[in-house]
Amino acid sequence: MFWIIQSAISLGILWGIMSLGVYITFRVLNFADLTVDGSFTLGGAISAVMAARGVNPLLAVIIAMIGGMAAGLCTGLLHTKLRIPGLLASILTQIALYSINLRVMGSPNVPLLRVTTIFTWLEEAGFPTRWISFFIGLIFMCAVIALMYWFFGTEIGSAIRATGDNAHMIRALGVHTDTTMILGLVMGNALVALAGGLVAQQQGYGDIGMGTGAIVIGLAAIIIGEVLFSKKNFLFRLAGVVFGSIIYRIVITLVLRFGLKSTDLKLFTAVLVALALYLPVLRSELYQHRQRRRRSNA
Amino acid sequence: MLKMTKISKTFYIGTPNEHQALKNIDLTVNSGDFITVIGGNGAGKSTLLNLIAGVLLPDSGSILLDDRDVTWMPEYKRAGMLGRVFQDPMRGTAGDLGIDENLALAARRGKRRGLSWGTSKSERDKYKEMLKQLDLGLEGRLSAKVKLLSGGQRQALTLMMATLKQPKMLLLDEHTAALDPKTGAKVLSLTEELVAENNLTTMMITHNMRDAIKYGNRLLMLHEGRIIVDISGEDKNKLQVEDLLHLFEQASGSQLDNDRMLLS
Repeated sequence: MFWIIQSAISLGILWGIMSLGVYITFRVLNFADLTVDGSFTLGGAISAVMAARGVNPLLAVIIAMIGGMAAGLCTGLLHTKLRIPGLLASILTQIALYSINLRVMGSPNVPLLRVTTIFTWLEEAGFPTRWISFFIGLIFMCAVIALMYWFFGTEIGSAIRATGDNAHMIRALGVHTDTTMILGLVMGNALVALAGGLVAQQQGYGDIGMGTGAIVIGLAAIIIGEVLFSKKNFLFRLAGVVFGSIIYRIVITLVLRFGLKSTDLKLFTAVLVALALYLPVLRSELYQHRQRRRRSNA
Repeated sequence: MLKMTKISKTFYIGTPNEHQALKNIDLTVNSGDFITVIGGNGAGKSTLLNLIAGVLLPDSGSILLDDRDVTWMPEYKRAGMLGRVFQDPMRGTAGDLGIDENLALAARRGKRRGLSWGTSKSERDKYKEMLKQLDLGLEGRLSAKVKLLSGGQRQALTLMMATLKQPKMLLLDEHTAALDPKTGAKVLSLTEELVAENNLTTMMITHNMRDAIKYGNRLLMLHEGRIIVDISGEDKNKLQVEDLLHLFEQASGSQLDNDRMLLS
């Protein structure tokens, strides 16, 4: 049981990096970015194909990130320059990426058998096998959180946060909100693709379907994190997102143990996220209901 | 300071709702002017301000700001020259950011933003000092989120943000209209203080005739897209509400039928 939970945690950390990317678009920019499903797969595809061809696996992951940036840039341009509503712009990129991902991989699946990956590096170095995923995830997660914490405290970072909060105000203060919007989308999708690249190397294959539903998993992680770490400072909120992702993985692992079919997982996740999104509304409704009862009793 | 020449602006061109908001406006604002702008709904007051700010672009005419042609310059580019406060208190500040962060964003208005800290320690001390003078009890809540503040506090903060980096012009779009009378009066006196202290060239839209008369050195009245009254100096100082009504009737050839302007 310990190892099952431990591997759920490792996976939660890797997907937590993706959730941090979703956090940038969904929470910081206030932009429901469905590019994520496509850019996660794109990251996985690039990283798998390059690793399979013998490219340095770390370099493969970095190039996967650049691919994610391009995807975010595409959505950003569709939204700001062509004035397509955000949701629709990101769906267009996501659909386009399906074709592009198949082109990148050449087939729906790229296995990484006997291929050098970041994970096999550590194995060869004699690192305890069962701790490799956990360790690598932890390093990348810490680096990402540290970078995000620093960046969103800078002048540009503050301008991006203000863009998501009140675009009207920050334009009046001389910020070109098209640029900050695009920048945020590029960064968010870079993290998503980074996570995709890592997950592909960790699971030993890139797959055309690996990103399906990624956005919903990201949202689940963010919401669970917020419920557990509400009203804390930015650093805690970022850690909360990863923590939410870990909790999500543990719950998934447990319900699978209790006999849920793995093909039912997406339904389960959708219901979970719907309930979590309803939670704040339910809370205020209950509060109002109680107030009304108190008044009618008085 | 500001020179508008033959400015026209029409909304919904080619539809049944076509509406000419400004008709061939000529206006020169001198350095140090504090202009109050008054007029009924749809007179073109906000359109005038939005054209100066670059939120809207004119159909024809030209706008020179400090001898620089800004007619087609996008909003974010001319923001460096303009301080703005809006009618809606929510509009001028970012609610999820702290008071200090909002001020720091405003201190960098029109400057190139880089990777140095968004809010430095030394700025924070400076803001604390400034907020103390504002006397709204905000100096101890420097990192509190702005959404926790009242409308009046937010508007005072926005005013401070608009003048933090000296603007060439301060544009106030009915910035007290959404506040209760007492808070509105407080924000207005703060406005007067800041304008005098920094010798700011100011344009203030108001619905309130008394405020329009009380504040500033020059008064503009707009009606159906035209400037129908433009008085300044001694004539403005002697002005009474009755005179203003009379001027309106003379210039427009109709009775003033705007309750909000008359009653407030």
